[in-house]
Amino acid sequence: MMNSEIFKVATPSDLEIAMTRVFNAPRRLVFDALTKPELVKQWLLGPPGWSMPVCEIDLRVGGAYRYVWRNAAKGKEMGSGGVFREIVLHERIVCTELFDDAWYAGEALATNVLTEQGGKTTLILTVLYQLRETRDAVLKSGMESGVAVSYDRLEELLASQGTSVKEKGASPS
Amino acid sequence: MMETLRALAEPSRFQIVELLRDGPRPVGDLVHRLRLHQPQVSKHLRVLSDAGLVEARVDAQRRIYALRPEPLQELEVWLERYRRIWEGNFQRLDALLEELKDEERKSKGKKRVPTKR
Repeated sequence: MMNSEIFKVATPSDLEIAMTRVFNAPRRLVFDALTKPELVKQWLLGPPGWSMPVCEIDLRVGGAYRYVWRNAAKGKEMGSGGVFREIVLHERIVCTELFDDAWYAGEALATNVLTEQGGKTTLILTVLYQLRETRDAVLKSGMESGVAVSYDRLEELLASQGTSVKEKGASPS
Repeated sequence: MMETLRALAEPSRFQIVELLRDGPRPVGDLVHRLRLHQPQVSKHLRVLSDAGLVEARVDAQRRIYALRPEPLQELEVWLERYRRIWEGNFQRLDALLEELKDEERKSKGKKRVPTKR
């Protein structure tokens, strides 16, 4: 099975990771597997040792979802959630995504696009990390206090918000 | 890692890294190719240098910048890990989809030939 991954830098200060995967099933089934909690719980588990005790999905625009993963052996829990922005049945899901313990600033935006050909479905999952949000927030606070925020200070601030990726690398998403 | 991503997530700096892939270049050459002013380029180079992505050496009167491969290798390791986690998810999804297809086939069969009670 082909699995390609593209890593690219999109518009300034945004960061995009895109993944493409083909499944040997019609897209309505893939769509179900992406949106029905009893199905999502069976596969969206991340590295070995993790289960998904909480999976709540309110599948409508403006509806929220909430995932919690648990690693019993390590005694660890990790959660994420967001809100659906766009839903096209069997075709497209756009939602915000924020991990409780996120290593990145601002919400990420996840877009799932499904296309079907000859009974096979191609899923393109794009996650856009919005570093710009932090930048904008900092610029705004700088203007409010009447202090021009220099580029260098902004970089320092962004750098200080970074946490160890090795630790968060175990994230199932 | 995030420092690498943040440094790269700016188009001019990304372009500098792309230019340096071909080999070390003096600052003047980068200024010329990016069509930016020298202070802007110097600022970008400082950010890249702080992130460990580039290093400078002085050759006569010129500062020559070169790529340091370590942060990019680290990024590659991270992406590989990200890919592996998702491939694990997708393999479980493959298995689940096979089950769903089976169930669908069975339920269709039932509809066509209703079972007697």
